[in-house]
Amino acid sequence: MADQRTGKLKIFMGYAAGVGKTYQMLEEAQELRAQGVDVVVGYFEPHGRKDTIARSEGLEFVPRKKVDYRGSCFEEMDTDAILARHPAVCVVDEFPHTNVPGSERLKRWEDVQRLLDAGIDVLATMNIQHLESLNDQVWQITGIRVRETVPDWVVQQADQVVMVDVTPRALLNRLERGVVYGREKAERALQNFFRESTLVALREMALRQTAHEVEHRSLAEPADAWAGHGAGGHPGTHHRILVLVTADPETAMLIRRAKRVGDFLDAECFAVTVQASGNLNGLPESAREAIERHLNFARNLHIETRILVGDEVAMALVDFARRNQITQIFLARPRQRDWRSLYGRDLIQRIVGLARDMQVVIVSEREPVAGVTG
Amino acid sequence: MARELRRRTPEELLLEAQAEETSARTGRLKIFLGYASGVGKSFRMFDEARRRRERGEDVVVAAVQPVMSGEVVELLKNLAVIPLRTAGEETAIDLNAVIARHPGVCVIDGLAYDNPAGCRNPTRWQDVDEMLRAGISVITSINIQYVAEMRQLIESVTGKRVTPTVPMSFIQSADEIEIVDAPPEEPIERSPEQQMNAVKREQRLSRLRELALVLAADVVDHQLTEYLRCHGIQQHFSTNERILVCITPRANVHEMIETGRSIAEKFHGELIGAYVHQPHISAADQAALDQKLTMARSAGASIEILHGEDPVDAILHFARARGITQLFIGHSQRDGLWSRLLGNPVDKFIHRSRGMDVRIFPQ
Repeated sequence: MADQRTGKLKIFMGYAAGVGKTYQMLEEAQELRAQGVDVVVGYFEPHGRKDTIARSEGLEFVPRKKVDYRGSCFEEMDTDAILARHPAVCVVDEFPHTNVPGSERLKRWEDVQRLLDAGIDVLATMNIQHLESLNDQVWQITGIRVRETVPDWVVQQADQVVMVDVTPRALLNRLERGVVYGREKAERALQNFFRESTLVALREMALRQTAHEVEHRSLAEPADAWAGHGAGGHPGTHHRILVLVTADPETAMLIRRAKRVGDFLDAECFAVTVQASGNLNGLPESAREAIERHLNFARNLHIETRILVGDEVAMALVDFARRNQITQIFLARPRQRDWRSLYGRDLIQRIVGLARDMQVVIVSEREPVAGVTG
Repeated sequence: MARELRRRTPEELLLEAQAEETSARTGRLKIFLGYASGVGKSFRMFDEARRRRERGEDVVVAAVQPVMSGEVVELLKNLAVIPLRTAGEETAIDLNAVIARHPGVCVIDGLAYDNPAGCRNPTRWQDVDEMLRAGISVITSINIQYVAEMRQLIESVTGKRVTPTVPMSFIQSADEIEIVDAPPEEPIERSPEQQMNAVKREQRLSRLRELALVLAADVVDHQLTEYLRCHGIQQHFSTNERILVCITPRANVHEMIETGRSIAEKFHGELIGAYVHQPHISAADQAALDQKLTMARSAGASIEILHGEDPVDAILHFARARGITQLFIGHSQRDGLWSRLLGNPVDKFIHRSRGMDVRIFPQ
């Protein structure tokens, strides 16, 4: 997929609004323009910030598209107009944005894929809290479930990821001076994402993720000088991960976590559900919907999925694992309140007992740190 | 806000005393960290100096680089400068002049310099420390190459020997650290050989860039731990992977440690091995245990010996205190010593390990 593409994607990664992602992106756009590169702004969110608006002066803007939804008018990036204009480079703010219903594509990152496919280079901005695989950790730190997420593979496909850093103290100063948001919105922001401890934690995650992206890219390149270097992995320890999908709500968390560990270990990931009939048809409506949703979610993260036939979950799962050279099985930890029902525990014990040649990972839900939701 | 407030342990009180010692410094230290020259640290730093000056702070520049970009020269025009003293080819900050002038903020471009003979301090970072103690805030810049603890790693990457260095503890003592990140310039295609060299150079720079990002993350992690401790918050944010391997005489420690090491390495996380002290252990078990602890140590794990009536409790108590995100246990424990004492420890571990993952290893 990446091979056919000719456009290059560069992501400016931040950890909160106001760190200067858009500013830095526009600065690069200005430099490109000064070098004679044909660059346009596809989408820019000024947030009324003077410095940032000043950086956009002189750049060509492709007008936004107006979309009517339930009697209100929304403005989205006009992907078709950008494709028709076909610049060399397009600037796209707020990469994780969800388009208003009725738009051609659900997510702005999907619009960007279109631009890249057409050979247009893209500069884009995003914050770390929108990375899919960190969703549970972000919830733990902030008490907020971020809904607008970007799958990790989309970020992995970017040619470059750059960290836009500023210290939390400087950011809080900006916020207090009203540079980032208006007064009222600033006060609200200070309640959640902008607590100092939250900012410090998100910043650490952004730094680590960017380090990982850098490492990932330098390992992907032809690297004779680096073969066998510390981070290069160990021959013979190729991991394959199997995730058990059920109707339980913690399955989404389980899939995210397994995929994150898999990505870092360079392991392949499979997600399976076990059904006696080999399909989901006989299940109660709600269970069927939940399992379908989870399987879809896995596929969207580029995980291969399968419905296994079997009367006995543990046996079917371990049997499949063995036939597919799985080295690690990922299961969700039963919820605290379900602990008395023996089913979940018993299932884990059965799988651990049967899979004596594999590692079994019981993934626990992260709960918000005390105080962050208050 | 339901934060857990509680009495401080003696270790914490000790740490606080040490922290107070650093806070004898009344000046604030801010460090701009880069991974190579030319990423724009100087510009970012002097631009901050300009903004501070515009906001009314008393800013003085005490060290500049021998070669400066046009943008930096432009910024310097509006800033007061105390020139470097020169001794032959070597230079040093005019420390006495800075202390006498006593600005609110002193800007020092380049922290990693050895001072020429005859200076009060052998190195520039010690000059900076003196300024901080004198109540002068400092903003300064450094490249990852010059962090002492990074030296060996950097030398293996660049093949060059690095001489003047700054200890990591000084970097970690910064009130603020900011990373100046930019990907290396793309190699321009020339002859295949030049192209290959350019690719190698880019890979070296990428590795340095990765190291700088991880160092910044570690400093930030340190600040986060301090922040939570100072606010009496017992919980941890799992911003970093921390792996705890439970070591018993019969566990398959080799596989556990290998997996732990590889995960910790990939996530740039921490690897800890813990053993719960058992009073009546056979000589054979003791020998097996010693061998396993040695193996874990040589794989780079730090080792903790824990005490407690109930091993599961001891492990989980420690795991929570240290912000462990992944707990590794062997299911041989089912047949071993622990299960005789406890029934089924795997079940117990899973039941009580809220908020962390449990990885069960085959025998």
